[in-house]
Amino acid sequence: MRVNLTVNGRPQQADDVWEGESLLYVLRERMGLPGSKNACEQGECGSCTVRLDGVPVCSCLVAAGQAEGREVVTVEGLAEFARRRAGDTASGVRGGADASLDAARRWQAGGTDSQTGENIELAPVQQAFIDAGAVQCGFCTPGLLVAADEMLEHNPDPTDEDIREALSGNLCRCTGYEKIMDAVRLAAARRSEGATT
Amino acid sequence: MDFLRPASWEEALAAKAEHPTAVPIAGGTDVMVEINFDHRRPDVLMDLGRIGDLTEWEVGEDSVRLGASVPYTRIMENLRTELPGLALASHTVASPQIRNRGGVGGNLGTASPAGDAHPALLAAGAEVEAESVRGTRRIPIDAFYTGVKRNSLEPDELIRAVHIRKAEGPQQFSKVGTRNAMVIAVCAFGLALHPGSRTVRTGIGSAAPTPIRATAAEEFLNAALEDGGFWENGKIVTPSAVKRFADLCSAACNPIDDVRGTADYRRHAVGVMARRTLTWTWESYRGARRTTEGAA
Amino acid sequence: MTAIGAPTGLTQGSRTKGGIGESTLRPDGVLKVTGEFAYASDMWHEDMLWGQILRSTVAHAEIVSIDTGEALATPGVYAVMTYDDLPTDVRHYGLEIRDTPVLAHGRVRHHGEPVAIVAADHPETARRAAARIKVEYRELPLVTDEATATAPDAVLVHENRSDHHSGHVPHPNIVHRQPIVRGDADAAAGRADVIVEGDYYFGMQDQAFLGPESGLAVPGEDGGVDLYIATQWLHSDLRQIAPVLGLPEDKVRMTLSGVGGAFGGREDLSMQIHACLLALRTGKPVKIVYNRFESFFGHVHRHPARLHYEHGATRDGRLTHVRCRIVLDGGAYASASPAVVGNAASLSVGPYVCEDVDIEALALYSNNPPCGAMRGFGAVQACFAYEAQMDKVAAELGLDPVEFRRINAMEQGTLMPTGQPVDSPAPVAELLRRVKAMPMPPERQWESSEGADVRQLPGGLSNTTHGEGVVRGVGYAVGIKNVGFSEGFDDYSTARVRLEAVGGRPVVTVHTAMAEVGQGGVTVHAQIARTELGVAEVTIRPADTRVGSAGSTSASRQTYVTGGAIKNACELVRERVLETGRRKLGSHHPAWATAELLLEGGKVVTDGGEVLADLVDVLEDEVVEVEEEWRHRPTEPFDPRTGQGDGHVQYSFAAHRAVVEVDTELGLVKVIELACAQDVGKALNPLSVIGQIQGGTVQGLGIAVMEEIVVDPVTAKVRNPSFTDYLLPTILDTPALPVDVLELADDHAPYGLRGVGEAPTLSSTPAVLAAIRDATGLALDRTPVRPEHLTGTA
Repeated sequence: MRVNLTVNGRPQQADDVWEGESLLYVLRERMGLPGSKNACEQGECGSCTVRLDGVPVCSCLVAAGQAEGREVVTVEGLAEFARRRAGDTASGVRGGADASLDAARRWQAGGTDSQTGENIELAPVQQAFIDAGAVQCGFCTPGLLVAADEMLEHNPDPTDEDIREALSGNLCRCTGYEKIMDAVRLAAARRSEGATT
Repeated sequence: MDFLRPASWEEALAAKAEHPTAVPIAGGTDVMVEINFDHRRPDVLMDLGRIGDLTEWEVGEDSVRLGASVPYTRIMENLRTELPGLALASHTVASPQIRNRGGVGGNLGTASPAGDAHPALLAAGAEVEAESVRGTRRIPIDAFYTGVKRNSLEPDELIRAVHIRKAEGPQQFSKVGTRNAMVIAVCAFGLALHPGSRTVRTGIGSAAPTPIRATAAEEFLNAALEDGGFWENGKIVTPSAVKRFADLCSAACNPIDDVRGTADYRRHAVGVMARRTLTWTWESYRGARRTTEGAA
Repeated sequence: MTAIGAPTGLTQGSRTKGGIGESTLRPDGVLKVTGEFAYASDMWHEDMLWGQILRSTVAHAEIVSIDTGEALATPGVYAVMTYDDLPTDVRHYGLEIRDTPVLAHGRVRHHGEPVAIVAADHPETARRAAARIKVEYRELPLVTDEATATAPDAVLVHENRSDHHSGHVPHPNIVHRQPIVRGDADAAAGRADVIVEGDYYFGMQDQAFLGPESGLAVPGEDGGVDLYIATQWLHSDLRQIAPVLGLPEDKVRMTLSGVGGAFGGREDLSMQIHACLLALRTGKPVKIVYNRFESFFGHVHRHPARLHYEHGATRDGRLTHVRCRIVLDGGAYASASPAVVGNAASLSVGPYVCEDVDIEALALYSNNPPCGAMRGFGAVQACFAYEAQMDKVAAELGLDPVEFRRINAMEQGTLMPTGQPVDSPAPVAELLRRVKAMPMPPERQWESSEGADVRQLPGGLSNTTHGEGVVRGVGYAVGIKNVGFSEGFDDYSTARVRLEAVGGRPVVTVHTAMAEVGQGGVTVHAQIARTELGVAEVTIRPADTRVGSAGSTSASRQTYVTGGAIKNACELVRERVLETGRRKLGSHHPAWATAELLLEGGKVVTDGGEVLADLVDVLEDEVVEVEEEWRHRPTEPFDPRTGQGDGHVQYSFAAHRAVVEVDTELGLVKVIELACAQDVGKALNPLSVIGQIQGGTVQGLGIAVMEEIVVDPVTAKVRNPSFTDYLLPTILDTPALPVDVLELADDHAPYGLRGVGEAPTLSSTPAVLAAIRDATGLALDRTPVRPEHLTGTA
């Protein structure tokens, strides 16, 4: 069957889709967007999280045909999505932005260069994941970023327990989650700092 | 495999009549796992996602008509007052991503004893609105579950909505899993106080071939509360009555040993949850009574 | 066309200092947060086919027949292969013992063993075709434990063994056995005031890396094959793959794709040979991606173990002797079992002084799932048991458990049970002191004016308690892990380092075959190059087999060994550059001949800081490149009868304090805090070091309270091959993880560093168990501890 949908703001079409294919498979194998990850394909890990009409879902559990006519945002489109949300005048975060958290400053010791974010437009939460050391193997990262970005959208000042609850559908096997907590705290702190200045 | 995308409820009923083996898919949280893991290859998949009616709810005089596909997230956010037990149960469903997609219709259609909504529906009291081209019927929740992953739907029927009695008293829901989030129930327990009818209803999940009510426990407690005038005097339920109620809830279970837990543990845990949820709801009932009296 | 997703180099730092000791950020960070980083399962090639593996549905059976006719006739299917289709006489592989058939031959030895492979134009076509292959099995008796393995009439899992362990094992169903005898345990037992025995069980853990096994094999025009793969050790794979394909090693060109975690589970081959076979058979690129269900069958797991211990101590708290017997279940194939046995035996006493020991460790062959390497292999199982014993002895003596450990803590100079002296710092007592000194988390954090926050209580979101039944407990543990490959293994790495001037700037390129699996090796290796060559801009080339072996990304060894190789190659490059400088510019300044010269900030400087020249002026058009192997100091095998020998390179130590709250009625556990103190020698990248410690700590938490592959004792089938029933800790199960890093240099190691990755996985589990014992008063002799074990309903 044929499936039409909008991905990261662009219309996309896939032909000869097998009816049992998931949205995740179509994104990864038919649309050249492998950023959403295939870790469990049973809705238990969150690594395939995308926004479907704005709502975070496991794309492995959405049948491709169910996405017909829908709007999808994947990690590949997250920076652009965040930029549009912030409004075209307020620019996206660039690498090396100052953090207000003391803890964040400790992590700033590292470099600012082309591979760590400088001069590459990233969503604030993407930059925070790099800066806080929340990325190891990175397989869980795309799903966590989409989930964390959505949480901060409606809860800009989360408590630790709010963060844990919101991200409880995203498994990470490398980090023990502490640096992920740091990253989300950092993104929230930078956001509130940006909002007050 | 065929993929049907009915644009309306009527189209869906017609399609289901034509393809009785068609598997309805809404949130996809059960069906897609089976497809991804090659456990199931339906001839026909029928997407119910285009039917807007299914994601809506209406709060009526005595009950809430909850569309079959209203996501659990919506229930948590919007129906906490009317359906507190189901809202609590919804909060324990899998992960935020799953709660954004899954709804009660899927739980009922799959009819797994581990479905999180079942104990809350049993405790609150509910009717399943099933429809086919032949007509509509409302199946009492107590008659809905017929066996392990079996329900009383006819092959041509679809679940359109669930009519759930609005809470007139405190409700609680507890679920045991070996993880603090995103876990399938080892066993679960729902309890609702119905001060209007002076009854208590229960629901037990994952501790029998189907979701069940602990009817003997309910009868015992109803009688004990009535005999002691507890509904009126708002006194603390005696520990011996609470214990007896919990024991009867345990005794209502007919669990198995499986990879998620032992039968003995399930019986034990249901008893603990029964005791705790009764204590929480009764405390809440007493508190509400005092507040009401104070205001009057 | 080329494969889409083939890795390119990671370049970092035109303005970055980023030398060792700094928390330089990952060079692959941006790629990973934007979704552009290509993991093995992201690879794509025009016209590629999908491979599918048919696996055995029974654990032990004779294969009576295989009929592939219907599968081959399926439209869209390009190839179906069984054992009989293998191209050469080499039809087995294995890390140390080549006992694993590429495809089952006449017999399957475990549930999920590969029997046939299919290539088709869509994964669903491949799955349907695989399902149409008819395999007739005749089931055989099962070997499932030590009793059935060594019974007089036991079926032999492998007949006619001729491997190098077969001569010294007491039974052919024992892969390897390592005794260690030192001193006189019998005599020492006579001096003991208390003797404590215990039997323990350690469950089978899965690495559960999130990126499933996957790869893309592209047939080459020269008859060879290009394989893009997620692995831990490219050259070990290569040595096993090439002979099966009948190709020389230079025609099997392997490139490391993005690796979604490993933790030991990618040290063995999974789909590598299958993808290559199908690619060569069909002449088309073939991609294979396991789903999660298959992943549980596609890699080895952590050995489950039964451990019996006897500890004796005097009234004043000194250990008199330790006797122990550790039986590891290796499952159907050997994998890393011999090394796991060596670790379990040699580290079985823990980081304690004990002169008189009688130790035996062995691994079985059975029809259970094959087990092999996982983070902390062998040492993890032992630590769980000896730390439980240490608590028991302390209780028996009426001593504080930390004080009892302090009394017996090893230090530099202590002899291991193998007779090997610990010849670098061993701050066991200090780590315990530090972890104990950390502030305790406040009590009843879950209480608030609005009632109980269930997210902070046992049971979490499931709303099982509002404080009822909740009891706090605290537990401590410490562990010892060897770093690097032991027992005489020729453990080396190869680094190629190039220095040149590009566009007026000095640029370094580092090329190794080191598998970056998430640990941050690429970050640290670039830092080493910056430090040694004083050049900011460093490119890490993709890891492949066009350079010599880097050894495995396991055993906490890559910062040490490949880091050491890079340091060494950089030093050689520096010497050559300085030589060039002396030749070209030596006459300009006397310091060229007299002073100690360094490379810093892109310049040649004296140790006094005087600048002699810009590197670009020294280099001009010259490219300085060095490829060199580097070895850590040699080790020797353990004596097969006494276990004596200098078998290990280095030791790594970590201690944990666990604070838990247990709902004692429901048997649910919430870990409130898991604090760690670890000696890392030298933290080359503090941020990465802490990330490793926290990650390892939580894997230990998982095995303590939830993670276990459950194998049916009657059928030997895996009962929970999914993330629905194999539970990993979520972020709500994970507590605050304070870390205290100690840096006591090991003078034998580059920069004094100590391998970091594994030690935190050891002590985490026993610390959590000790805390649960403290809360409940229960003995708890197995891990994971499940609710039924805490409620008397098992």
